[in-house]
Amino acid sequence: MFWLKSFKGGIHPKYHKELTNFKPIEEAEYPSKVVIPLLQHTGALCEPLVKPGDYVKVGQKIGDSNKYISAPVHASISGTVKAVEPRLCFTGAMVNSVEIESDSKKEILDGISPPKGDVISAIKEAGIVGMGGAAFPTHVKLSLPKDKKIDALIINGAECEPYLTCDHRTMLEDAYLIVYGIETAKKVLSVSNIFFGIESNKKDAIKFFRERIPGIKLVKLETKYPQGGERQLIKAVLGREVPSGGLPYEVGAVVLNVGTCAQIAKTMKTGMPVVDRVVTVTGKYLKEPKNLRVRIGTSFTELINQCGGVTKGEIKKVIAGGPMMGFAVPSLDVPVVKGTSGILVMTEEEAKVPDPESCVRCGKCVDICPQYLMPNFLGDYAENGKFDKAQKYGALDCIECGACSYVCASKRHLVQLIKLAKTEIAKK
Amino acid sequence: MSKLIVTPAPHIKDSDTVSKQMRNVFIALIPALIASVIFFGTNALVVIITTVLSSVLFEVIILKIRKKAIKKSDISSSALTGLLLAFCVSSFMPWWIMILASFIAIAVAKHAFGGLGFNIFNPALAARAFILASWPVLMTTWLAPYAAITSATPLELLKENGISADYLTMFIGNHAGSIGETSAIALLIGALYLLVTRTIDFRVPASYLITVVAMSLVMGQDIVFQLLAGGLILGAFFMATDPVTSPVTKPGRWVFGAGCGFITMIIRVWGGYPEGVCYSILIMNAVVPLLDRYLQGRIFGCKRWNVV
Repeated sequence: MFWLKSFKGGIHPKYHKELTNFKPIEEAEYPSKVVIPLLQHTGALCEPLVKPGDYVKVGQKIGDSNKYISAPVHASISGTVKAVEPRLCFTGAMVNSVEIESDSKKEILDGISPPKGDVISAIKEAGIVGMGGAAFPTHVKLSLPKDKKIDALIINGAECEPYLTCDHRTMLEDAYLIVYGIETAKKVLSVSNIFFGIESNKKDAIKFFRERIPGIKLVKLETKYPQGGERQLIKAVLGREVPSGGLPYEVGAVVLNVGTCAQIAKTMKTGMPVVDRVVTVTGKYLKEPKNLRVRIGTSFTELINQCGGVTKGEIKKVIAGGPMMGFAVPSLDVPVVKGTSGILVMTEEEAKVPDPESCVRCGKCVDICPQYLMPNFLGDYAENGKFDKAQKYGALDCIECGACSYVCASKRHLVQLIKLAKTEIAKK
Repeated sequence: MSKLIVTPAPHIKDSDTVSKQMRNVFIALIPALIASVIFFGTNALVVIITTVLSSVLFEVIILKIRKKAIKKSDISSSALTGLLLAFCVSSFMPWWIMILASFIAIAVAKHAFGGLGFNIFNPALAARAFILASWPVLMTTWLAPYAAITSATPLELLKENGISADYLTMFIGNHAGSIGETSAIALLIGALYLLVTRTIDFRVPASYLITVVAMSLVMGQDIVFQLLAGGLILGAFFMATDPVTSPVTKPGRWVFGAGCGFITMIIRVWGGYPEGVCYSILIMNAVVPLLDRYLQGRIFGCKRWNVV
């Protein structure tokens, strides 16, 4: 597929996007209560600004931090604060959270209006983070070091994770918001070249944007995982490699997810902070998979029930995000956060994890690693506690995409071992 | 509601397994198996069956002694080792030597190093080297196809008498030689299957054969003869590509194949033996850890190759 832009390596898992890719985004039922974690992003934990008994309205800030790399959180429904205490989060960690009981009035905070003045501080105040899943604060991404100039803004519409279709639907249904968001980011970054990368399996979205937006260069990408990885996307679109340990702006690029662009537009047009997001609730045996617009803090149980539950067997495993990089949640009671792109429901047969066997050195993981690492050796070193060796073999360059674990014929938990090595290296 | 299963990402896995890879190699060896039975008759079949069964048996016994679980991949890999071992000996070999050879392959070359995935040398070739050193006469006594008379291989005829066999005979394989090595066409059909199913990487056989061609040119040898003779095709596509004993990186695979080709030709033309495929692969097997270490290639976002 020489006419499609791509990167070296990568895998072709079954995508299963047909479960939801033709289903328009629906408004999820208004929740009777929400649990809003004070840490939903990469960065510092927020301090609560409310206490039990307080009355809050939609859009009201309920947590903030004075650290630079952080993002405030807001009430997504109106009602009474019931508790401010550690609650189980999708990662399995206990995170200080605010529970709000709905009064069903959907009252919006007074004074929410289009922001005037500095765009970056408006984005920060609205708590906007990368909506693709990593949830890195967007205001940090848009604030480049003074001496750095970038020449390309890349919009990430790859959506390479199997099953997920929230970005795809957003592109089809909220195109005007995405374009508005792109224009805003363009001004902030004072960049003229805009590239819009979409994987070839989203033909309707490619056609749609090709016809509609002048001034944006549409890049048709090969359908391959992890095409939407920041480094891989920059390589595919610009042919540039972000240096090892470096950041995208070092090669003159900034990457924004389509969902993030849409959220920027919403905030700039109305002043409303992040109070909801689109979540793909899906699964082979889910009765009615859907793309839902969900209030932040809604529990997974409610959303799975709204999709009719499973038709066969029992729910055995539920994933927050996509199947390649998402987290298996410890309980269905965890809330949707800003980075929750999908809820994937698996039954027993899908949840089975094969036992790892010894490596036969087939080299498939080396062939497909998008960072050109040797996952088999990294795995060996991590297993034997030789973290220095793992570091020399490039463990810190791993983007944790999981492609190595996916292809491994011996079913080794390679990416998990590399993550362990990274954690141990960081401790030193 | 029952408890949820929590495991690390990724939550989906490719359907490929080690035993599927082994199965593909078996399928690829079927044409050569049929050819060998046609040419060398029941003699060949007895050697093959004895070697495969005894290899699997030794694998099971040793795994039991080592208190390890017996997995599908262990069984399929030891059966494959047995088949490849039978393929690289003469149909003249007595059954008891083949049982001993299986023991050397499985117990010494494989399990003494830690079992599946840990052996440094290709077990089938290591066992072949052992019996060649122990019973050199038996190992170089060949039966002519369709007959119970002894004959010489094309490489021996060339080395000792300076006679070159005709290409068609060598391509079809109705000449004296090891059980599974003689029929180029049958092996190439299997090799194509391995390449199409992506069971093997093309780099090792490609650089192996290219080097043999280049060396033939330099050393003034008949190129087509050198390609078709001896165990080259069996070695290049089925032995040198053994994942456990070949490099994992792409640059490493190119160098590995080239090294095999180089040593093969040196032995064939200048060495004491008429054939050098077995030793060339064993020698290069020993270099694999070095190749993996120094020929890692470049990490994404780095300018130079990563050297540890």
